Amino acid sequence: MKIFSKFYMFLIFAILYAPIAVLIVFSFNDAGSLSEFSKFSLTWYEELFADEEAMSALKNSLILAISSSLIATVIATFGALGLHHMRKKYIKASITSVTNIPMMNPDIVTGISMMLLFVAVAKITESESILGFGTMLIAHVTFNLPYVLLSVMPRFNQLDRSLSEAAQDLGCTPARAFFKVELPQIVPGIISGMMLGFTLSLDDFVISHFVNSPNFQTLPLYVYNQTVHNVKFSMYALSALIVFVILAILLIVNFSSVKKLPKKRCRRVN
Amino acid sequence: MMKGRSLFQKMAAAPHIVWAVLFIVAPMLFVIYFAFTDVNGKFSFANILSLSQYSNVFVLSIAFALIATVVCLIIGYPLAYFMAKSKPKTQRVLLVLLMLPMWCNLLIRTYALMALLDNGGLLNSLLESVGLNKLYIVGSDFGVIFGMIYDFLPYMVLPIYTVMSKLDKRYMEASADLGCNSFQTMTKVIMPLSVSGVISGITMVFVPSISTFYISQKLGAGKIDLVGDTIERLFQNLSTYNVGAAISLIMMILIIISVSIMNRFSDDDGGMII
Repeated sequence: MKIFSKFYMFLIFAILYAPIAVLIVFSFNDAGSLSEFSKFSLTWYEELFADEEAMSALKNSLILAISSSLIATVIATFGALGLHHMRKKYIKASITSVTNIPMMNPDIVTGISMMLLFVAVAKITESESILGFGTMLIAHVTFNLPYVLLSVMPRFNQLDRSLSEAAQDLGCTPARAFFKVELPQIVPGIISGMMLGFTLSLDDFVISHFVNSPNFQTLPLYVYNQTVHNVKFSMYALSALIVFVILAILLIVNFSSVKKLPKKRCRRVN
Repeated sequence: MMKGRSLFQKMAAAPHIVWAVLFIVAPMLFVIYFAFTDVNGKFSFANILSLSQYSNVFVLSIAFALIATVVCLIIGYPLAYFMAKSKPKTQRVLLVLLMLPMWCNLLIRTYALMALLDNGGLLNSLLESVGLNKLYIVGSDFGVIFGMIYDFLPYMVLPIYTVMSKLDKRYMEASADLGCNSFQTMTKVIMPLSVSGVISGITMVFVPSISTFYISQKLGAGKIDLVGDTIERLFQNLSTYNVGAAISLIMMILIIISVSIMNRFSDDDGGMII
């Protein structure tokens, strides 16, 4: 049984990693072929770094991920505060449910629904097209909201209400009591929500695909456009680099002294 | 003394609510609006009625997504179980191994798989060099389903593993003390206790599988048309937005129904609506 379980795990992980290994190995292949390895070279990496489009896509991705996760975190943190103090249970439940819609829906539906909104707005305002950084930002903030709310809300529920009341008895305004007493206690939830939003935004392709414009490309959109018709070996190089970066982050997070950094919460997890 | 809610506390959720109404509720209403109007904005059932011509696409997508989900469950459940039974140190390594593909972009994973399985790819050149026939996986039904399984297997394993690793070991010991063999312990103790993980795993594989378009584009080599492909194509042209919206609406309803049926089997309600 022991041997069987080891063999089984080995087999599945081998299948899971075989394509990634092939991708990494062949990103160093001079010949630019997928069937034969001629000799080790960094040609494709050089081509990638010389590609201005790739570099600007990387920059755009980072700008979008940072700004959308920050905005979503601020909105959802205050949202959680408001929900926490809300008295009517059904209003609270319905706001939470509505916020969760982008998490429940397939990405493609969220993407086209946002696109239809932007198309309709463009039609009403009679402008050519409003797609671009602004619409991407709105879409990314929107799909980040439920994840941030989900990581901040439990922290609010753990708060001891009497602490905030004590602060107010001692002369704090409610706003000041929030910033001085409650905020420091919910910071871990805020940070993990923000990091989650950052990674989801960096990773998103499907929703961006419907609300982007050619003059604002993110990294996943760039990969998509490059791979629509033909095989491009600089994309293997890019993918290999991304795998290395993720591996490094995962190793640092899981095997360093920093123990309680957030795991990537999967989409749609209960 | 209990203090009343201040203006600050009352207004804190306002931006959140405004945002949710503008960018979550309004877009959904637009999907419904487009689904029930024609190109000129007149009310019509034509889009919904024209969906019958897409019934094959729906059946194919549901079948593919179901097969992928079932295979992921069959492969993933034992994997999660074996992982949870490993030594704690090994578990940390395995968890990193499982999470690395999840963190990689779906495009990259699919593209990597295509590189391996492609007709001129490594697998086929290896098969040829030992004198076997080429396997034309890319462009076949099997290729697309295999792609779904490959891409989404970690999403099945992780929630099941999470539930199993939290199970109290004493339950298993108690079951053994009371005379169950390991198979009975599995079916009578471990399986019922891991249902919530299985349910969330099923949702996390089924929903992206039924709505994918990149996997079928790449591994189906454009020959296989799923709901996702159809929606994506219809939204490239302004004149077909309405039909596209109708298909999306139907898909959304299908998913809401299947997810709510599934949640009936699960007793934990954390995070899930419906």
